[in-house]
Amino acid sequence: MQKSVFYGALAAAVVIGGAVGAATLDDVKARGNLNCGVSTGLVGFAAPDASGNWEGFDVAVCRAVAAAVLGDPQAVEFIPTTGKTRFTALASGEVDMLARNTTWTFSRDTDLKLDFIGVNYYDGQGFMVPKALGVTSAKDLDGATVCIQTGTTTELNLADFFRVNNISYEPVPIETNAEAQQQYLAEACDVYTTDASGLAATRAAFESPGDHVILPEIISKEPLGPVVRHGDNEWGDIVRWTLNALISAEELGITSANVSELAGGTNNPEINRLLGSEGTLGDMIGLDSEWAQRAIMSEGNYGEIFEKNIGENTPVGLARGLNAQYTEGGLIYSPPFR
Amino acid sequence: MSDASFVRTEMLSEQDPPPTSVGVIGWLRANLFSNWWNAILTVLCLAAIWYVLSGLLGWTLRSVWNAGSLNECRDVMIANWGSTHGHACWGVINDRWLQLLFGFYPPELYYRPILAMLLLFAALAPVLFADKVPPKLLYVTAAYPFLMPWLMWGGSIWTPIGVAAGFVVAYLVGRKLGGTASGLVLGILSAVVWWMLWFGLPGQAETFDSGVGRVLVAGLGENLASISPDTAPFWLETVESRKFGGFMLSVLIGVVAIGCSLPLGILLALGRQSNMLIVKAICVGFIEFIRGVPLITLLFVASTLLNIFLPPGTNFDIILRVMIMVTLFAAAYMAEVIRGGLAGLPTGQYEGADSLGLNYWQAQRLIIMPQALKISIPGIVSTFIGIFKDTTLVSIIALLDPLGLSNSIRADTDWNGIYWELFAFIALMFFIACFGMSRYSMYLERKLKTEND
Amino acid sequence: MATMTDPPRESFRLSMLIYDTRYRSLTIQVIALFAFMLLVAWIISNTVQNLASLGKEVEFGFFSEPASYDINQRLLEYTSRDTHLRASFIGLLNTLVVAVLGCITATIIGVLVGVARLSRNWLIARIMTVYVEMFRNVPVLLWIVFAMAILIESLPSPRAFRGEDAPQSLILNDSVAITNRGVYVPEALFSRSLGDVRLFGESSLRLDVSLDLIAIIAVLAASIFVFRRIRAWAERVQNETGNRPTTWYFQIAVLVVPSVILLTALGFHLGKPELKGFNFAGGTHLRNSLIALWIALSLYTAAFIAEIVRGGILAISKGQTEAAGSLGLRPNRIMSLVILPQALRVIIPPLISNYLNLTKNSSLAIAVGYLDITGTLGGITLNQTGRELECILLLMLIYLFISLSISVGMNIYNKRVALVER
Repeated sequence: MQKSVFYGALAAAVVIGGAVGAATLDDVKARGNLNCGVSTGLVGFAAPDASGNWEGFDVAVCRAVAAAVLGDPQAVEFIPTTGKTRFTALASGEVDMLARNTTWTFSRDTDLKLDFIGVNYYDGQGFMVPKALGVTSAKDLDGATVCIQTGTTTELNLADFFRVNNISYEPVPIETNAEAQQQYLAEACDVYTTDASGLAATRAAFESPGDHVILPEIISKEPLGPVVRHGDNEWGDIVRWTLNALISAEELGITSANVSELAGGTNNPEINRLLGSEGTLGDMIGLDSEWAQRAIMSEGNYGEIFEKNIGENTPVGLARGLNAQYTEGGLIYSPPFR
Repeated sequence: MSDASFVRTEMLSEQDPPPTSVGVIGWLRANLFSNWWNAILTVLCLAAIWYVLSGLLGWTLRSVWNAGSLNECRDVMIANWGSTHGHACWGVINDRWLQLLFGFYPPELYYRPILAMLLLFAALAPVLFADKVPPKLLYVTAAYPFLMPWLMWGGSIWTPIGVAAGFVVAYLVGRKLGGTASGLVLGILSAVVWWMLWFGLPGQAETFDSGVGRVLVAGLGENLASISPDTAPFWLETVESRKFGGFMLSVLIGVVAIGCSLPLGILLALGRQSNMLIVKAICVGFIEFIRGVPLITLLFVASTLLNIFLPPGTNFDIILRVMIMVTLFAAAYMAEVIRGGLAGLPTGQYEGADSLGLNYWQAQRLIIMPQALKISIPGIVSTFIGIFKDTTLVSIIALLDPLGLSNSIRADTDWNGIYWELFAFIALMFFIACFGMSRYSMYLERKLKTEND
Repeated sequence: MATMTDPPRESFRLSMLIYDTRYRSLTIQVIALFAFMLLVAWIISNTVQNLASLGKEVEFGFFSEPASYDINQRLLEYTSRDTHLRASFIGLLNTLVVAVLGCITATIIGVLVGVARLSRNWLIARIMTVYVEMFRNVPVLLWIVFAMAILIESLPSPRAFRGEDAPQSLILNDSVAITNRGVYVPEALFSRSLGDVRLFGESSLRLDVSLDLIAIIAVLAASIFVFRRIRAWAERVQNETGNRPTTWYFQIAVLVVPSVILLTALGFHLGKPELKGFNFAGGTHLRNSLIALWIALSLYTAAFIAEIVRGGILAISKGQTEAAGSLGLRPNRIMSLVILPQALRVIIPPLISNYLNLTKNSSLAIAVGYLDITGTLGGITLNQTGRELECILLLMLIYLFISLSISVGMNIYNKRVALVER
């Protein structure tokens, strides 16, 4: 038994494996599916449904990459990771990319040998308090008990914020969002702090969301984006430009509905270059010419993905805000496809 | 002799016992109200039971079964009882119970884990209920370690057959050379050579591209060039281990860990008892190290360090890594259980074996181990219960066991905010499984005791 | 046979290494050692290669960098500007706190339950059986999460204490507040304190030792010493003269008076918790995470201890109970004077392993956000610095050290209580 499992493991290692540092693109193609690291469950961003299909804002990025590279948005293996295991999973080659609410920071980008290939969601850490407390600013929170999720940058931001403003607080570290929600609702903490998107999603699940306010202060910058291993620039390019293709598609008015029609050729050269009816952009990143077309077809353009998973018509109910296109006052901006 | 003035010649007729000492009242008096102190305790206990049950039963029974999301549940609760408090929303279990049991295993293949589970019982029956089932079932036991991975992971039947054949080769070689240490070593070596021949050398082990397995299969009339899911006989669709989840994952980790740790544990226990200083030191060091650290740190090793310890480029998937670490963990505990079994044998058995002129391995195989293992079975079952419960820890390293899945389920917008129902279900499932096993273990202990007395 | 001469002197042949039992064990050991060293070398060389390709190297410099996170439940002072080493040290103390508290309560509950399971009261015996089976057969991680959730959901929040006609009030003469954020108990304060003495300078292991505490301990120790001397003197007098001098009032005075004088001199008073702002202020705050972990670990381990105690008691032959009964002892005296002392011999070894289990299970503190050593060194520090190898290996070593210390300590105790077989 022992031997057989070891042998099975060995065989599996060969099937799954792929040496770290080798060309990820070749591995992915040889394997026929993309290994994508996601969070174990974050409302609106990544969660499995009853039949085991993963859905969410981060998940859509994985599907778009799979569609661009392999031609099949379903050819993705989702590998749940925690805050602790995510970087090791990436570094060891267990996953090809991370699409998990991971904040782009200096030390992660450099010291941990990761490459952040862009930002798919601009977030910031905020505070939620019950309306009944009558608090209007985070600076009124002297002495408050604050629920924070551990293993993220939030606890560092929190410590810094209270230190800078010279007010005291009592941190209550919490492992998962569900427990934070429970503690907050039972008033075991006065304040819940996490990324503003998370706060909105959490509040949406309350029985009476109107009784809680999200304070105006956003105390940190949390640019969340997909991550790849440092050193494999070809693969990094593919993921980066897949994301950019989704963003440009929204800017250019390409949607999952009209993408096949537009792919036939338009009089806008940028659309033509993006969708492959003109130029050889696909070749330059080692893919065919219709890569972007497939990526957009899989889950729609950036705006569609946003609206479908976390937009105002979903239970999460996030406004575009910073994540609107730069043309509409947001920060979402793709370099040109040229 | 004096003359007795009165001798009773017939017995008095039996009288009924006083009504306060028989029947319900008598039982109550004897067992619940034997003195005022007991009476107070009884009343307090009754009050506590009432308090707990009234809350719990109301919550459990006055509940919503058919709902697709928490909000639907709340609507139904408001409509029926006017409040959402004190009512369970079992809709989540209704919606997700298959996921909690099987994880992401493809639904059309559910028969495979179920079959593996049933076969497990069949395989264990001759060991656990030796006197009640036909001994022929032992063949199932022998085949199970090879069948189970095939059923769970899928692939070609030739893989388990090749692996099993390696053990047969090892056995035959070992037997030819007599049960000596060199026989053991050579047996293992020949098995390794066999596997290399069958599966091809490591590094080019594309399962069927090389090796004798290929030739043999060719001899069976298979078209070699196209051994593929469509043509290979008994090909089961492969399922990657990351699709495993829920209770299936817990059971699988537990079974694999116990199964694999048994041979390891035997070796460690023998090593610990050996009088060879270095061997003993290594075994003791290993056992004490594993028993001295919490399982969670070993799981951290599995999730973050194991890849660093292995040659560059190897990359097991996380579930296999966890299985390896849990196996090592279980092996240390197993070694202690078996050591207890060895210590429980009378010295006469060892001396008897020596006097028959058996060498060490023969004595172990024919005399010591069969008895030591038999008296270790209750301990092995408790180790299994412990490991099975400890598998919940894998949720901390992002494996989707029931507890980990409960987190993912709550991340679905439909069920965001649900809490107790999932935990209650998981706790109940664990309780049923562990309670059953511990009852069995107690039954066995009683049986062994009466047999020995 | 009788004509056996000296055996011919054998020359050493290589095959004797395997076939001669005198040398075989040596051969096997050398091979085992060689294989073991090979394995270790293999792992190390793999690690070196892998780390090199990841661009990391093993170094512990990160320990002297600021940790930047806060720890709420702590024994020593700590701020987010302290180093990772300090944070790990605080975490280690937290582990020890919950382990020690858990072992004590688990033993108490376990012994009570174990005895109660043998109670003649049918209901109590049944309830205890249900308790034991429930806790033994459900994973401890679930119990920890349950305990936390129950504390949070069932206890009042500090807001319930607010206002004129608050629904909740402090208990025990307004000194203890039980809330769903934890329990606030009064702390000892000294208005004329002697101050603290700082050990280990400004290093990460610095330790502020209160001189008040030292003074109190010293006075108490002296009192107890005098107390015992008086008792010894009384005994001697009794042995010599047959009359025992009346000393009890003197003994009590020796025990109480110096301590009271010292406390008054130091200006001892209790700092009671008061509702201030969002929370209670003052007093000592035992966080919910600590209490939940403590309760869950105690109850879980107690269920196992109860079984051990029951087994130990049942192992004492019934004759002992009957003999004690015939001496006229009452049932509870039989238990405490005759049965338990004998049962201890059977109980202690498995008890040790349960203490070890409890200590190891305390690493699940991470599930309720109690920052023990796993939560600091193996959690946030690991996460922030990305030094998996260093953090996890160190973590394992620390646990190993704690476990081995417990086994050694308890084994020594075990040897002392073990009865000499007659």
